Amino acid sequence: MSSQDLILEARDLTRYYKVSQGPFKPAATVKALDEVSFEVEAGKTLAVVGESGCGKSTLARQLTMIERPTSGELKFDGFDLANDSDHELKTARQRVQMIFQNPYGSLNPRKKIGTIIGEPLVINSNLAKAEVEERVRSIMTKVGLRPEHYNRYPHMFSGGQRQRIAIARALMLEPKLVVADEPVSALDVSVQAQVLNLLKDLQQEMTLAFVFIAHDLSVVRYIADKVMVMYLGRIAEYGQSELIFSRPRHPYTQALLASTPHLKMENRKERIILSGEIPSPLAPPSGCVFHTRCPFARPQCAEQVPDVEEFDGRLTSCLRAAEIAAEQDRSQG
Amino acid sequence: MNSQAQIAVVDELAPPGPFREFWNYFCGNRGALIGFGVIVVVLLAALFANFLTPHSPYEQYRDYILTPPAWQDGGLWRFPLGTDEVGRDVLTRLIYGGRLSLFIGMMVVTLSLMLGTLIGLVSGYARGITDTLIMRAMDIIMALPSLLLALAIVTILGPGLINASIAIAVTYLPHYVRITRASVIGETSKDYVIASKVSGAGVFRLIFITILPNCMAPLIVQASLGFSNAILDAAALGFIGLGAQPPSPEWGSMLANALEFIQRAWWVVTFPGLMILVTVLAFNLMGDGLRDALDPKMKL
Repeated sequence: MSSQDLILEARDLTRYYKVSQGPFKPAATVKALDEVSFEVEAGKTLAVVGESGCGKSTLARQLTMIERPTSGELKFDGFDLANDSDHELKTARQRVQMIFQNPYGSLNPRKKIGTIIGEPLVINSNLAKAEVEERVRSIMTKVGLRPEHYNRYPHMFSGGQRQRIAIARALMLEPKLVVADEPVSALDVSVQAQVLNLLKDLQQEMTLAFVFIAHDLSVVRYIADKVMVMYLGRIAEYGQSELIFSRPRHPYTQALLASTPHLKMENRKERIILSGEIPSPLAPPSGCVFHTRCPFARPQCAEQVPDVEEFDGRLTSCLRAAEIAAEQDRSQG
Repeated sequence: MNSQAQIAVVDELAPPGPFREFWNYFCGNRGALIGFGVIVVVLLAALFANFLTPHSPYEQYRDYILTPPAWQDGGLWRFPLGTDEVGRDVLTRLIYGGRLSLFIGMMVVTLSLMLGTLIGLVSGYARGITDTLIMRAMDIIMALPSLLLALAIVTILGPGLINASIAIAVTYLPHYVRITRASVIGETSKDYVIASKVSGAGVFRLIFITILPNCMAPLIVQASLGFSNAILDAAALGFIGLGAQPPSPEWGSMLANALEFIQRAWWVVTFPGLMILVTVLAFNLMGDGLRDALDPKMKL
């Protein structure tokens, strides 16, 4: 992989939020993203996986320039998203677009869908009205909507159709990166497949890179080239999709994969039931943040913060990764 | 489907213009249509008062003081709705009164709606210290009895119809500000606003094109209700002598001035009251219809 193909590069990306705890207590810090490093190649899909509260949506907010990171580097297509001025980022904003989780909330209920899809063009270009309309109609055809629905309102469409509208809007400016925040989790399973296929087709056609945020692992397996598993704002495991799905090495990834239901008996893995809830990000555990729920935890895990290190072809942040892997391989084979 | 066939389909399904569409939905609501009809009649009557009325609203027929309406014993067809305590024709004064009452209503509602919406948008979008300052100022206005506050403002500005409506508009401001602020805060957190932001929309576009239209429904209803309150408050100010000045025919002050005759001459009090009632009702009905017609979610 050459570095020219990289469209997005994050180094030690960090985002803290200050949270007021009341008038007489000092403000607490939530480490929503803690030194996360990853990269996305042009035309490829990175899936970000994790429980709610693990920092997935915070990541999306940094990538779409809604917020700026607290520290770390975030390079996109020649822009420095962390430090460039708003004026300089105007072009960058056109090249990163977003698809939201809930297609019922992401479309302005008072605008016709033609207006909604055309809005990015109206804001960012000086095209004549007729030309905007023509482009909107052509993109509507592309995402599988009937162009004669141009003048309808969002409430006249089903969830899947609405998500197509949202996709059309995101593609209007021909972006290089699309951040999709759980784009199919609000849809019926039958419609999910259609929308995922549409996203895949469009990705090939327009060489789009996706950052695909999800919690549904079967969806991730279907669409992702690379997977990043996150836990409490940190990377648990990061690497090629096939590798992580076939041989997960971090205990958290293993637990996640084991929790996916399978129809066939032989596909079922031994379930690893994690005890307890995800800890409060206001008071993350010491050492490895996962040690409170990890079935393999040893006393050292509570003291030493694991680095994200390469192991077995992917990056993982487990102190005992090698030991656990050896143990599991022995028991299986 | 080839592109020509596609265009043909598009032409066939091309919807009517936005106004036409709005009108179609509005007509579907019978109450709103009746309200609209009444308002048009009152408005036209007020506009063409010179041609419609046989008398001058100020002329006092001293020989015909407190003549009852024409259909009662002692009534005269010269004065279809009777005369008041100084012999002025009640019908004439009612028709002329529409001018003043509608003017006050319009003026108060326009002023408070526009200012209130603007302040509310700023407050709800900016949040933080701006929001706190604005909302506390509005709380202060709300804490004072509205008539007392209006009185104080009119006393500063000097009595008169326009000053009275400015004063009333100020007292109504907090309602509009609060409603707008609440809906702006609710809407701002929604995904479609973030989507607009991600597309690169500036602050003005976000506030006025994306958010504001979604906050209009409660404002329209509040405005149509405020219209009636404005007429009543203007009457109260007129009663104290700070609103419409005595000879001018204004429904509220006609009502207030004739209160003492309610036992002897019911018509002097009843007809201005009825006019206020009918106009206010008409505006409320039309307000409901407007809200439904402007809200795409009500359409199928």
